Amino acid sequence: MASDRVIVVDYDAGNLRSVARALEHVGAAPVVSADPADIDAAGAIVLPGVGAAEDTMFKLRERNLVEPLTEYIASGRPFLGVCMGLHALLERSDEGGGQDCLGILPGEARRFIPQPGLKVPHMGWNTVEWLREHPVTEGIPTGSYFYFVHSYYPTVSDPALALGETAYAVTFPSVLASGYLVATQFHPEKSSRHGLRLYENFVRWARSGEPVPAPSAAVAR
Amino acid sequence: MLTRRIIPCFDVDRGRVVKGVSFVELRDAGDPVELAKLYEAEGADELVFLDITASADDRATTYDMVAATADQVFIPFTVGGGIRNPVDMKVMLELGAEKVSINTAAIQNPDLISEGAYRFGSQCIVVAIDARRIPGEPGRWEVFTHGGRNPTGLDALEWAIEAASRGAGELLVTSMDTDGHQKGYDNAMLRAISDAVTVPVIASGGAGGPEHMADALTAGGADAVLAASIFHFGTYKIAEVKSYLAGKGIPIRPVEPLTD
Repeated sequence: MASDRVIVVDYDAGNLRSVARALEHVGAAPVVSADPADIDAAGAIVLPGVGAAEDTMFKLRERNLVEPLTEYIASGRPFLGVCMGLHALLERSDEGGGQDCLGILPGEARRFIPQPGLKVPHMGWNTVEWLREHPVTEGIPTGSYFYFVHSYYPTVSDPALALGETAYAVTFPSVLASGYLVATQFHPEKSSRHGLRLYENFVRWARSGEPVPAPSAAVAR
Repeated sequence: MLTRRIIPCFDVDRGRVVKGVSFVELRDAGDPVELAKLYEAEGADELVFLDITASADDRATTYDMVAATADQVFIPFTVGGGIRNPVDMKVMLELGAEKVSINTAAIQNPDLISEGAYRFGSQCIVVAIDARRIPGEPGRWEVFTHGGRNPTGLDALEWAIEAASRGAGELLVTSMDTDGHQKGYDNAMLRAISDAVTVPVIASGGAGGPEHMADALTAGGADAVLAASIFHFGTYKIAEVKSYLAGKGIPIRPVEPLTD
């Protein structure tokens, strides 16, 4: 890989520092940056994110991050998207009347359909069931609890992309993985030991240069 | 399955936990970071810090506390108290708080809810509602400010609906009638509010034991329960509360050790 450097993409996302702190806690020395040259030279990238898809896409475009991120991911290097950092990878989101996203993964973010007794946002600790083996889930039992907070959930047209799934009114893929790309709907940086383990696994995997686990699902476009 | 949350709450003054927290495990029970770490290890699902620092000059101590907590604690935490505008919100969120809680400022300026939700996302805007029963009018509660001293004339149910429709991602509902008595939450008010909004509701005020929490989560329809004294004085461990609730069939995240 290009370097051991972990870049946390700085586009003013609310959980930027929490993500950086979790990475530090597991022994990485993350650099918070919005510089395309840093992204280009990164050994691993984490794209944080909370809030609205519209705002996220606006900020990514405003800071000229779309092209560097798309090129980085296309180069097949380690990438972790968190929450809105997952939605940004999809083709579109229902948020704000419909929002085009990066279109790196074939899928959409849809709103939880209101129904009696269903609180939206989906907020709190919920279980994630692993659907296959993967380096980032090593040592984390299937059915472990992670912290979620979101009103829109991902759907993917290629089921092979799903690495983990979670049930809340619907069963949705709460972790996506394709090649060296992983994205979680939950916030590992706020998910105590299992979340920190996921970051630790990601950092170790990114450094190891281990081969990508099969099946490696197709990426859109 | 989504689990119900158990949330210890601390009052913090100039960066120190106040109101007699007694922990034999801790050398310095006034250190919010030490307490937060302990509660994370004991299985707390979230934490709430209520900053009661009176002077704006002393706010820097709060910022240091929030940053230090975010450095060392890996569960979500909310900071309330003294947040009056979007800049205050931004500072707390950037320091590492997951959510900010607003109370009086939201009543004085409801646009603050909408603006916060637009700029930072609904998920991090908690509207705290302190309310009292209206004597002689069953099923009605009035919103108060300043720790229950100042009546606002606002109907709690109507205010809850407005706050949610303006973009609050969660409501922290405290009964000033039951608060401090340790005889249970105001489940009628919790149920009325929970049924009227689609956002999660945190029950607050009156926890004396796990049975009260079970009632708030079932009869009261709350999504989370907040408590201070019963945890701080060691009356109950979080694990005991969780085991009791799980025994009642309430979905709970089990307490696990932080390391193998």
